[in-house]
Amino acid sequence: MSKEKQEKDDGKPDLDKVLETSRRDFIRKVTIAGAVTVTGAAAVYSGHRFEKGKHREGMVRVLTEDNRLVEIPIEQMKDFKPDLKMLQSRGREGISGRKWVMVIDLSRCRNARKCVEACQHAHHLRPYEYHLNTLVMQESVNTPAYFMPKQCQHCDNPPCVSVCPVDATFKRQDGIVLIDNERCIGCRFCIAACPYSARIFHWQEPSMAEADKDLEYDVELNVPHKKGTITKCLFSADRLREGMLPYCVTACPNGVYYFGDENENAVTNGTTKETVRLSELLEQNGAYRLMPELGTKPRIYYLPPKNRLFDFDRGESKEFKEETI
Amino acid sequence: MEDTRFNNPEEQRKIDSIAADILRNVRINKGFILWMGFLLTLLALCLLAYTVQLRKGLGVTGLRDFTSWGMYIANFVFFVATSLVGMLISSVLGLIGYQWVKPISRIAEIIAIAFAAVAGLVIISDMGRPDRLPYVFLYGRVQSPILWDVTVVTTYFVLSLLLWFFPLIPDLAISKSRMEGRPAFLVKAYEILSFRWEHHEAQYKIMKQAVRILLILIIPTAFAIHTVTSWLFAVTPRTGWDSTIFGPYFISGAFVSGTAAVIIAMYFFRVNYRLEKYLTEDHFEKIGRVLVLVSVVYLYFNLNEFLVPGYKLKTGDAIHLRELFTGHFAPLFWGIQILGLIVPIILLLFRRMRRPLPMLLISLIVLCASWLKRLIIVIPPQAHPNLPIQYVPPEWIVYRPTLIESAVTLASILLVLIIITILSKLFPVIPIWEMAEDGNKKSINT
Repeated sequence: MSKEKQEKDDGKPDLDKVLETSRRDFIRKVTIAGAVTVTGAAAVYSGHRFEKGKHREGMVRVLTEDNRLVEIPIEQMKDFKPDLKMLQSRGREGISGRKWVMVIDLSRCRNARKCVEACQHAHHLRPYEYHLNTLVMQESVNTPAYFMPKQCQHCDNPPCVSVCPVDATFKRQDGIVLIDNERCIGCRFCIAACPYSARIFHWQEPSMAEADKDLEYDVELNVPHKKGTITKCLFSADRLREGMLPYCVTACPNGVYYFGDENENAVTNGTTKETVRLSELLEQNGAYRLMPELGTKPRIYYLPPKNRLFDFDRGESKEFKEETI
Repeated sequence: MEDTRFNNPEEQRKIDSIAADILRNVRINKGFILWMGFLLTLLALCLLAYTVQLRKGLGVTGLRDFTSWGMYIANFVFFVATSLVGMLISSVLGLIGYQWVKPISRIAEIIAIAFAAVAGLVIISDMGRPDRLPYVFLYGRVQSPILWDVTVVTTYFVLSLLLWFFPLIPDLAISKSRMEGRPAFLVKAYEILSFRWEHHEAQYKIMKQAVRILLILIIPTAFAIHTVTSWLFAVTPRTGWDSTIFGPYFISGAFVSGTAAVIIAMYFFRVNYRLEKYLTEDHFEKIGRVLVLVSVVYLYFNLNEFLVPGYKLKTGDAIHLRELFTGHFAPLFWGIQILGLIVPIILLLFRRMRRPLPMLLISLIVLCASWLKRLIIVIPPQAHPNLPIQYVPPEWIVYRPTLIESAVTLASILLVLIIITILSKLFPVIPIWEMAEDGNKKSINT
């Protein structure tokens, strides 16, 4: 800079101009330096803030259920497992906005009993303990015999719920009737009241009591079972919570079962995975419910065994032997 | 106030003689010890059976998913039924003004207390989870008839206990000075429980007022306990239970079994306690008429209960009635109806049959039939549900009570006998003061 100044001095320098130039120069330089400093500081500061804002070593941020962002040490992170209290409260409440409904097409049932097996397997039951049983039905000598899967009808006016002395069996907002075996006192008033023989009692130690003893009790699966309490069909409430069809519905090889939401007016066939309008299915096939005269208002509709896919074959009779008590 | 009751020597003598007659049996003698020893030993054995049930579950009984209420519930209904007689004798007949019920009213109350108290225990033996009994109070739903039953049976028990105890207070006061030779604890108990009763007219007045209030209160309570018990069945949509007359049907049946129980007890006390002077042939003759009356009413309800559905034969009723009239339950059903109801009515129409010994035999049959009748009410409607019973082990189809179940039921009967024995052996079984008062007034022996 001094060299430049000298050159300018050499070639007829104007003092005022020189002074003016150097002042402007100075101001410019100071301004640049200041800007650089401020920018740099700002950058450093924001970098610092950014660094500070980034999760710290060994910590992780989690959005909680009530929309709060929180930070927890990574080593404290665990896979979520609902505890009994939560399982109970969500199990009693049900899934909001839903009205589960089942349609059973009797013209397709040939007593394969896959639904029965799937149900018993999922719910840890013995071969003669039924949440769901397929029955051989015949109204009169002149009408043909047919097979009828029969489980809890999840009545909208359930006699079992009315008589329960301790609120152990209850009706949820999504239409399912459940049984809480943490509450049940084993009076069996509900068995007496149920016109569909849908409820069973644990007369002895449940079959998988030993293996299940460490499981958290899920009222939507009713496992682990407890001796001296009631159990029955749950519409596979645990599967519905995960957006899946019930165990029996998906196990059927013959397309007997439709399951869905009455509010959506849609039911899905468990075998073909075809979704149809509930109202149309019921209307076009002459659907009916069991024992309508009792006013129980079941949530299961049956389609009559008309134009059957299979000939009626009773099959071999199977012997059931009770486990020694 | 001056004690005016027992100060004249003639009355004092009368009290002395009545008290001597009645207190003669109030003592712990060899017979009592042997009898109680027998009852308690048998009870211990039966309770052993109950521990097996507790350990292994209700599967040790013959109950299964289809017939899931059996002997225990039938026995419970029988106990509640029999306890109702306290109300019939003391309240209904007493309030009408029949004086002859005085010496037997305490016997009737003892039976009411014993059966009502044990009825509560019987229901626990039927629970799958007796450990959760407190849940009935913690989480009770008032919509459930079980809650109503618990409430009214407890109330009835307490009222019966008070109805037994209030008129006993003067007797304890009379007796406490006449207790020589009795164990010290009993003398002490009399001392405490007589509450320094001094036989003032005012005391009698208050006591009689209290008893009168209880006698009135216990009528709706007694009707409630057995009506609610009948509703345990009638509120379900099950063929055979789904009946609108179950309330009165149960109550009229209750009077039959209760009256029979009182007659048996009367006979026992008359003969064993040598109380012929107080429980006279006349008393038997009168209560025999009561038994005829209540049996005829019960027969009438039976006609309604079976003939009306039998005329229509709706699908479910047809199956149910065929089982009762000609099927699996026919021998039991006709045996009960004919031997336990119709034949006793006919026999008791004859004065000769209303004497103590024939009455005892008839009452024993009536009481047994009443117990079996509860099985007929409880079990057959479950044996044939609306939907067929299929793909189950054979023992699930027909209910057969097991030995363990019978032993637990026997335990409840033993408990009733133990309570009756204690109340009738350690306390005067006939109201002494009422007998004395009765003589005074020379009241019309209606």
